[in-house]
Amino acid sequence: MTQSIYRIQYNRQLTADVWEMRLEGDTGAITAPGQFINIRLDGLFLRRPISICDWDGQGITIIYKVVGKGTAALGGMEQGQELDVLCGLGNGFDVSRCGERTLVIGGGVGVPPMYGLAKALLRAGKTPVAILGFNKKEEIFYEDRFRELGIETTVTTVDGSYGVKGFVTDALPEEYGYFCACGPLPMLKAVYNAAATSGLLSFEERMGCGFGACMGCSCRTKYGNKRICKDGPVLEKEEIIW
Amino acid sequence: MVDTSVTLSGIRLDNPVIPASGTFGYGAEFAELYDINCLGTFSFKGTTQEPRFGNPAPRIAETPGGMLNAVGLQNPGVEKVIAEELPRMRGFFHKPVMANVSGFSIGEYVRTCALLDREEQVGWLEVNISCPNVHGGGMAFGSSPEAAAAVTRAVKAVTGKPVYMKLSPNVTDIAAVARACEEAGADGVSLINTLLAMRIDLKTKKPLLANGTGGLSGPAVFPVAVRMVYQVYEAVSIPIIGMGGVSSAEDVIEMMLAGASAVEVGAANLVNPFACRDIVRDLPGVMEKYGINSLTEIIGGAHHG
Ligand SMILES: Cc1cc2nc3c(=O)[nH]c(=O)nc-3n(C[C@H](O)[C@H](O)[C@H](O)COP(=O)(O)OP(=O)(O)OC[C@H]3O[C@@H](n4cnc5c(N)ncnc54)[C@H](O)[C@@H]3O)c2cc1C
Ligand SMILES: Cc1cc2nc3c(=O)[nH]c(=O)nc-3n(C[C@H](O)[C@H](O)[C@H](O)COP(=O)(O)O)c2cc1C
Ligand code: FES
Repeated sequence: MTQSIYRIQYNRQLTADVWEMRLEGDTGAITAPGQFINIRLDGLFLRRPISICDWDGQGITIIYKVVGKGTAALGGMEQGQELDVLCGLGNGFDVSRCGERTLVIGGGVGVPPMYGLAKALLRAGKTPVAILGFNKKEEIFYEDRFRELGIETTVTTVDGSYGVKGFVTDALPEEYGYFCACGPLPMLKAVYNAAATSGLLSFEERMGCGFGACMGCSCRTKYGNKRICKDGPVLEKEEIIW
Repeated sequence: MVDTSVTLSGIRLDNPVIPASGTFGYGAEFAELYDINCLGTFSFKGTTQEPRFGNPAPRIAETPGGMLNAVGLQNPGVEKVIAEELPRMRGFFHKPVMANVSGFSIGEYVRTCALLDREEQVGWLEVNISCPNVHGGGMAFGSSPEAAAAVTRAVKAVTGKPVYMKLSPNVTDIAAVARACEEAGADGVSLINTLLAMRIDLKTKKPLLANGTGGLSGPAVFPVAVRMVYQVYEAVSIPIIGMGGVSSAEDVIEMMLAGASAVEVGAANLVNPFACRDIVRDLPGVMEKYGINSLTEIIGGAHHG
């Protein structure tokens, strides 16, 4: 983990309430896709955890949905402004566990970390297959970005206004070797129940620190108590206790 | 050169800065970030006789100027702390550590303290009789002078190490509880633990924390903590470890003027993992700014006479 100041390179709206922000700064602490950053914001005591969507040597891309004070403040920020960020938090997805043909399943703002994961899988010579779930057509983002990676991509919408009508679990292919998923809890549960293979799931919890110090984010697993921020957010399918 | 050193029950600290229990784990997460030997000492996570998972999630909520927690004393239990955490700690922390202990009965406090008493690394026992997040025990012992005195006496009987009783602010007269601890043989008192509090989620219309209530800490409680340290200083002659909302070197000095011999820093570590290192670094400069040569000399300086 590192703490440092990042400069906003751009902050642009993707849908009515989802934004994409590019932060320039030190990315040396990032070890795996699915890790997150924790952002300090003026006037708010706790930092805000947001997944790393993509990164390179110069900076990080995040995608966030405006749901409250902190994310609203982020949405109001402009190019050139600076943010105090803890970077490289959590375990992330272990690409070496992923099979040759791995499903990357994202729902809503669970989609962003799956983009970095898909790129990492490609780098590792594997074949990711993306399933992206949204409520309706207007909420879809990043479909084109996944397609630009040249990977098989299916979009589902709950109301059927675009792509496959239904949930991500309605678009599971016949054959796959492994799966990775991030999204709202009901989606994770549905994927867990529907999946034919082993896999990795990324969870959210309210956090005090984000780096393992406060026990604010603990959960029970079959492998013992874990802190979502430090021992997670990614857990193995086999260890999860619902 | 200004002198930042202070003494707690005969043990000299290079400076009065002590990360507070529950915000610093057993030190390992912070030792990865900086050399924590720059600290006066640190108070490790509240340890109980048996392992505890604690309360269901969510355990954390934000507040103006602070946070609520209802962790509920999650810890691996004293045996594992002694078998695993203390040996690991030896690798990165070379000063006496403060052992924070919680319990649900006097017998449990006694057994846990007796085990930690044998550990050379432990400099002081900080006995938490003020946790608001557990049921049956915890804060109950800190709520009355009689119960606080009973725990103090029982623990003092099984340890030769200095015993600091950690007091609850959720009482009408904290000075009376402190006095009872002093009379029962406490070597010092630590205050304040968190203030019992609640937030309600407008979306669900239910309390935000699964536990319902939680403990408030952070800058929001600082003036309350200063007032309580000030009152307790007037009531007892044993040393006070002051805490509650401290986040800067200035706050440390204010707490000491109120009567604290040393100062713990809690919630600030969670938002700035380098908070304590920075406070230690800033102290000499701030002392010079206010014409302070020695921190020991300013303890209780705000009191008349
Ligand atoms: C590991 C992790 C990764 C995340 N990645 C993303 C992401 O890539 N994009 C995205 O849009 N959102 C993400 N979230 C959710 C995001 O953290 C919350 O939406 C955000 O904290 C809300 O802050 P707020 O001030 O706008 O909301 P408020 O409701 O005002 O926040 C109040 C408090 O509750 C906390 N909180 C509220 N909702 C959540 C939540 N769902 N999870 C954890 N804490 C919450 C806040 O951090 C804050 O402490 C992630 C959460 C976690 C734990
Ligand atoms: C997440 C969290 C966990 C805590 N756990 C403990 C604990 O185990 N034992 C204890 O004596 N105090 C515990 N406390 C209380 C702190 O040690 C301290 O008394 C209180 O938070 C006030 O200081 P602050 O405002 O600087 O945080 C905890 C506080 C927080 C925020
Ligand atoms: S949020 Fe503090 S331990 Fe996970």
